Amino acid sequence: MAVFVYAENINGVYKKAAFEAVSYAKAVADQAGDTVTAISVNPTDSSDVLYKYGASNVINIKDEGLKNFSAKAFAQAVSEVAEGNTIVFPHTTDASSIAPMLAVMKNYSLITNVLEAPESLSPFQVKRRAFSGKGFMHAKAEGNGVIITVSQNAFGVKENTVSGSEEVKNLSVANEDTKVISHEQSSGKLDLKEAEVVVSAGRGMKGPENWGMIEELANVLGAATACSKPVSDIGWRPHTEHVGQTGKAISPNLYIAVGISGAIQHLAGVNSSKTIVVINNDAEAPFFKSADYGVVGDAFQIIPALTEKIKAIKG
Amino acid sequence: MKILVCISSVPDTTSKINFTADKSAFDKNGIQWVINPLDEFALTKAVKLQESQGATVTVINVGDTATEPVIRKALAIGANDAVRVNLDPKDSYSTAKEIAAVAQSGGYDLILCGKESIDYNGGSVPGMVAQLLNQPFVNASVGLDVNGSEATAVREIEGGKETISVKLPAVIAGQKGLVDEKDLIIPNMRGIMSARTKPLQVVEPTSSEVKVQGVSYDSVPARAAVKMVSPDNLDELVRLLHEEAKVI
Repeated sequence: MAVFVYAENINGVYKKAAFEAVSYAKAVADQAGDTVTAISVNPTDSSDVLYKYGASNVINIKDEGLKNFSAKAFAQAVSEVAEGNTIVFPHTTDASSIAPMLAVMKNYSLITNVLEAPESLSPFQVKRRAFSGKGFMHAKAEGNGVIITVSQNAFGVKENTVSGSEEVKNLSVANEDTKVISHEQSSGKLDLKEAEVVVSAGRGMKGPENWGMIEELANVLGAATACSKPVSDIGWRPHTEHVGQTGKAISPNLYIAVGISGAIQHLAGVNSSKTIVVINNDAEAPFFKSADYGVVGDAFQIIPALTEKIKAIKG
Repeated sequence: MKILVCISSVPDTTSKINFTADKSAFDKNGIQWVINPLDEFALTKAVKLQESQGATVTVINVGDTATEPVIRKALAIGANDAVRVNLDPKDSYSTAKEIAAVAQSGGYDLILCGKESIDYNGGSVPGMVAQLLNQPFVNASVGLDVNGSEATAVREIEGGKETISVKLPAVIAGQKGLVDEKDLIIPNMRGIMSARTKPLQVVEPTSSEVKVQGVSYDSVPARAAVKMVSPDNLDELVRLLHEEAKVI
């Protein structure tokens, strides 16, 4: 039976997290000698982009009632078409809302925040993130069916083109309990959890007016911006940029921390970054112990200079 | 209006996380326990609705007797009463089932939770509770108003936010922003004293079905020693990032 995967889209366009989830599902299917069926809701994108990552069948759910997101209605829709006993989701906000409801509907086990390909398929056992990044858990599913959510940027996007076919399912799922009143999407801004490079800053920046240089460095690197908890608590930056134990957990390829001392709660949210650069004027900042590269010095001089040098190398 | 707030007892955020020698479990030695910080936003929101709308607030925890100090703290923050389901929780599903069973018999208009606990990070209990009760569910909520039989919730989405009206009863999972960090309630002496006499009902679990087992645990591997670069030699930093780490 096929491995099913939820290919999430925003306004009809597939997200990088969808490609990562399909890549993961393909790895599971290869292990099981099986195929991947992707499920998407009201996409406008071509299914070709899902074939590219290994989905050989795509079920496009068409449903006017699902134009607006509702965890319950989306879970119902996915439940109607997902027939396999393994269903993969990305660990995005929407997917993390659907997956627990679907797990109850299907009476399947749910393992969230998955980091690697499964250690075994029967029983399904896999490594997952736990303790907010301060540890890992090897979780085993009991029972016949399993739903997993794949932590963003953990498994990676892997091209694996297969020939695929598309099937359209017209559903009309009841969606009466919730109604979307307004939807604000900031355009052109990189999603923090999907970003491969993140430039983050803390109280060492002295005030919100100094964030221009952080944004410029991020811009040159094609990075998202983030901040430490105190900075979002005092309102210098929005809550959505707070990375750490009670904020977002991220796993970019490169994390640059400027003026952040590296409290244990902050490290919890960022220590799965592949490379960490710490820039701080305090040589005793604990963050240096968890960094790959460190620079002790004045951020107000280092950041503009570093931005120029990266600009030069990027041509 | 009756509100049920789900709270989890978790290691303090400053805790170093260690596992037992055979790696089969989390080592609880020397750990201070606190209300899961994300649940604290939900609890504070509930207490604010209690003040503004005359709601009653019940906290529920699935845990053994060791979690009672955390339940008393929730009562000191302002909950009216508490229920503890006498079960050391093993997974999200068994926890959700117990919460749903209590919620079912209590007839709550609103169930508030943190969007995940900072220990096992399942992020699954609120959605499972909603489905078990066949109620609507809004996750990652950063704003909430209640007006009669409807709530208006703001949820965070990737790169933005969405405002949703929800028919009650419903389950809302919150995070920072549901209330501001500065508005979190620190219990005062009066609250602490009154918490001692507030009702804390202990109920026995309804089932013991577990769907996910923690087989073993690993600590985060240490990184190699940091390479320090002089601030006067940023070319070297760029070279290292480009040639060695290959990240730019």
